[in-house]
Amino acid sequence: MGGVVDGLRTYRMIAAMWMRSTMAYRTSFVMTTFANFAVTALDFVAILLMFSRVDELGGWPLSEVAFLYGLSCVSFGLADLAIGSMERLGQRVRDGTLDTLLVRPAPVLAQVAADRFGLRRLGRVTQGALVLGYALLSVDIGWTPVKVALMPVILLSGAGIFCAVFVAGAAFQFVAQDASEVQNAFTYGGTTLLQYPPTVFGQELVRGVTFVLPLAFVNWVPAAYLLGRPLPLGMPRWTAFVSPLVAVACCALAGLAWRVGLRSYRSTGS
Amino acid sequence: MDPFIELDRVEKVFDVRRKTGFLKRERRQVRAVDGISFTVAPGEMVGYIGPNGAGKSTTIKMLTGILTPSGGRLRVAGIDPSRERTRLAHRIGVVFGQRTTLWWDLPLIDSYKLMHRMYRIPDARYRENLDRCVELLELADLLDVPVRQLSLGQRMRGDIAAALLHDPEVLYLDEPTIGLDVMSKAKVRGFLRELNSERGTTVLLTTHDLQDIEQLCSRVMVIDHGRMMYDGPLTGLHEVGESERTLVVDLERELGPIEIPDARVVKVEGPRQWLAFPASGSAAPLVARIAAEYPLVDLSVREPDIEAVIAKMLHSLGDSPKSPPEQAEEAVS
Repeated sequence: MGGVVDGLRTYRMIAAMWMRSTMAYRTSFVMTTFANFAVTALDFVAILLMFSRVDELGGWPLSEVAFLYGLSCVSFGLADLAIGSMERLGQRVRDGTLDTLLVRPAPVLAQVAADRFGLRRLGRVTQGALVLGYALLSVDIGWTPVKVALMPVILLSGAGIFCAVFVAGAAFQFVAQDASEVQNAFTYGGTTLLQYPPTVFGQELVRGVTFVLPLAFVNWVPAAYLLGRPLPLGMPRWTAFVSPLVAVACCALAGLAWRVGLRSYRSTGS
Repeated sequence: MDPFIELDRVEKVFDVRRKTGFLKRERRQVRAVDGISFTVAPGEMVGYIGPNGAGKSTTIKMLTGILTPSGGRLRVAGIDPSRERTRLAHRIGVVFGQRTTLWWDLPLIDSYKLMHRMYRIPDARYRENLDRCVELLELADLLDVPVRQLSLGQRMRGDIAAALLHDPEVLYLDEPTIGLDVMSKAKVRGFLRELNSERGTTVLLTTHDLQDIEQLCSRVMVIDHGRMMYDGPLTGLHEVGESERTLVVDLERELGPIEIPDARVVKVEGPRQWLAFPASGSAAPLVARIAAEYPLVDLSVREPDIEAVIAKMLHSLGDSPKSPPEQAEEAVS
């Protein structure tokens, strides 16, 4: 537990330094935040364009696809905001600056997670939240206290699952320093995938995204439950509630991968 | 006194994979550090030198806990660095000459405030250490300047201060004077001498600048191909290496090579001639004799550079380079 407290403390300190660094270039900050908002919004524009031609995607109307989109975008956006810069670990390994982090009395994972922390990434979260707000107003959900309580749980679990993907990807970069593209396929690729209903994809892909890399628990499974639709792969309804467990398991595995990666770095250099 | 740093037959072996063709990889083992043993007593100031790729950086990385040794026993302040990296971090200071730990876009003082919190330095100690560093390293005018606007020499001084705020018992410096101008080098060296003599801080530095060693270190360790080639006072290194200094003389006009005992002409370029003479000898009698016999206009003496001294020493010890040193450096860094 001491390690976690220490890690959070380190994370806060370093993230604060990066925030102040960003403020040295205020105009640039405002512009990159807006750009982050606008560029990520293009994903939703693409969906809107599709719906100008069709009424449903895989049997899902616009409001429900927007619901999926909002959940995916906010979950991923939160993870990206918190530790998105971890994808640059390979760069630090290559240029040797990782060593300067290793001689400090603070957990390396926390230092790397907070590296280049940038509030500009709020652009994606804001954009996702707006779409989610629109979706919540237009979808037909029979709200119960349980369903209302499930909403924040879904978002946090989703963020946790994506965080695990970021950490595992970074751990892999200890071994292959130019693997950030591979990581992008799972992070940015993953969130884009989840913006569309599972019914538009083949069974094999849905199985992979459920049982191998369990991204389906970010939004597909719990959203299907909330919307009163059949769950993907015909899973029972209670699986809509296991997202937090999936997130914890993913984070534990990612933490393990991180340890292995760091150990291999320290025994081989680069 | 108990040694502060202790290495006993320490080894570091890297598996290097190299691309030999499309999808083809060749694996080979590189012994970056090959059974090195030495001890450093508290308060010593030691120069650690060797050609590129000799294993200097790898040794420093093991001493700081960044890398885990493949074999042998290593202790710093009684701590096994690779096992207790964070505990050790409180007791050591590290300056990587070419990698700043300062925050590029923030005023210098902000980096120090971060160290204050990260190392949990008691307020009074932090104040005291910061004041001392600011005074001795002449940082007072720089504290509010963003690091990106500092010159290389100013940044190096800033980095050294950052490494000392938590009162480390040992300071590792990797090329602390690289790229600095003469004035900055003098300031850095003066500060390190003071730190060592006043505070008793143990200092281990790697360098390519022989003057760093001459002016700072009573002891020098030479490493090549991962093995310790020499460990002793600097004067001994000159003797083993039979190093030479160079006397550059400008004559009034072009003449044949100067003929004089105890020195030999290595190069002639118009009226300018280069003479090599033993580093242990004195330049004064040579100059007097040349001035008496030749139309001398100007002269200067060049110290042997450390690479030349080491190269000669390694050669005299019968060790000829087995592979181009640059290759090995890429493999380990």
